Amino acid sequence: MISDVIDNEQIETLLSDVLEAHGYDFLEYSHASIKRRILRLYSLDNFVSFAEFRYTVKTDKQYFKRFLEEITVNVTEMFRDPGFYKVLRNDVLPALGTYPFIRIWVAGCSTGEEAYSVAILLKELNLLHKSLIYATDINPSVLEKAKKGIFPLSYIKSYSENYVQSGGLKDFSSYYSANYSLAKFDETLNSKMIFSTHNLVSDHSFNEFQLILCRNVLIYFDKDLQHKVFQLFDNSLEQLGYLALGSKESLDFWPKAKQYKRVKTEKIWRKL
Amino acid sequence: MAETLIREKCSALIIGGSAGSLDALLEIFPALSNQINFPIILVTHRKPGNDSLLTDLLQKRTGLRVREAEEKEKILPGTVYIAPADYHLLVERNETFSLDYSEKVNYSRPSIDVTFQSAAEVFKDGLVCILLSGSNADGVEGLKAANNLGGLLVVQNPDTAVMPYMPQQALNSLKNSVVLNAFEMADFINKLAKR
Repeated sequence: MISDVIDNEQIETLLSDVLEAHGYDFLEYSHASIKRRILRLYSLDNFVSFAEFRYTVKTDKQYFKRFLEEITVNVTEMFRDPGFYKVLRNDVLPALGTYPFIRIWVAGCSTGEEAYSVAILLKELNLLHKSLIYATDINPSVLEKAKKGIFPLSYIKSYSENYVQSGGLKDFSSYYSANYSLAKFDETLNSKMIFSTHNLVSDHSFNEFQLILCRNVLIYFDKDLQHKVFQLFDNSLEQLGYLALGSKESLDFWPKAKQYKRVKTEKIWRKL
Repeated sequence: MAETLIREKCSALIIGGSAGSLDALLEIFPALSNQINFPIILVTHRKPGNDSLLTDLLQKRTGLRVREAEEKEKILPGTVYIAPADYHLLVERNETFSLDYSEKVNYSRPSIDVTFQSAAEVFKDGLVCILLSGSNADGVEGLKAANNLGGLLVVQNPDTAVMPYMPQQALNSLKNSVVLNAFEMADFINKLAKR
């Protein structure tokens, strides 16, 4: 069993190295989760000892890129949780439509599927021309993929089903052109996106938004770090702006949650 | 078998199941004692959506509190926690839950292996794992991890399971598992509470 190979203390050592050598702080990530990711990578890449693994992660810049990509979870999909997107479409985005200019932050955007989903909604509501979506992630290589807007064609069927369930009425295939096994999304969608690296653990607020989406990112953080990130979002959200979290995440235990009001039954809160 | 039953007290029970496991759960739950003094964590493969269906179904059949496990929630005795659909459920060192939306394991999310493995590291020889009916091999690696750390393994009798594949896979590699029929399990679990 591989969990015998690296113990908890060694995990801490490795993560301290990563902070010191590369400036990425994973020490406040949920331990069981990050440990599982590290053990998975260790066995995937056939390391023979923890010492060798530690040395490689610490000194090999090229390998660290891989470490960063594999240690963070980059599983995402378009229109995930259709009920959530229905509320975005029918309630949240129309409320933002009254603003002359709409700024949206997709924090922890990974390969961009959520940013493209939001852009499609904005387009259908005729708001895309006056919107800007800031899509950020800790990991530069997923942002490169997100910028391209090219997703495997094999996933499109389920994305298309999600889209229909979320209240989409158009032909989903009108948003992409298929080529061999890939689907490239319409460039009018990403013409309104700005991609940039941003680390929720260590970077500051960089703008004020009317909507922040950060879904299935906070589950990887421990409670204290979650509260720090909520504060960062609070600093980055205009009054009456919206914060959208993943379906199993909640603002409830954060001390300032009283200054927010839940929108319907989805995990969306409005800043009062 | 008698020997394996004499052990330290149970600090947590995890039940894993896939296709056909609902039949076993419906047999187990009505007969569970209200005196159970450890958490019961339930990991079953199911489709996303209708999150409260299984919770409601089981709550109607037991006096224990049944709820869906929430991330960072403290794991309490006498409570039944159900792994939410479409997330892996992990146990943290401070006996709280973490959720994880990473790749499926054994084509499954939640994966039984993931919960067994992380819980084994926390509860060690206080862990009891039950593996029920199913038609893939999820759970077997997790049972091995629990076994290595002193956990007690129980496997549903493949002859009486709706889908024998999963329990049979476990028995093929873990000879020291206790084999029980579904109707014997509640009694077994109730006895764990008296230790």
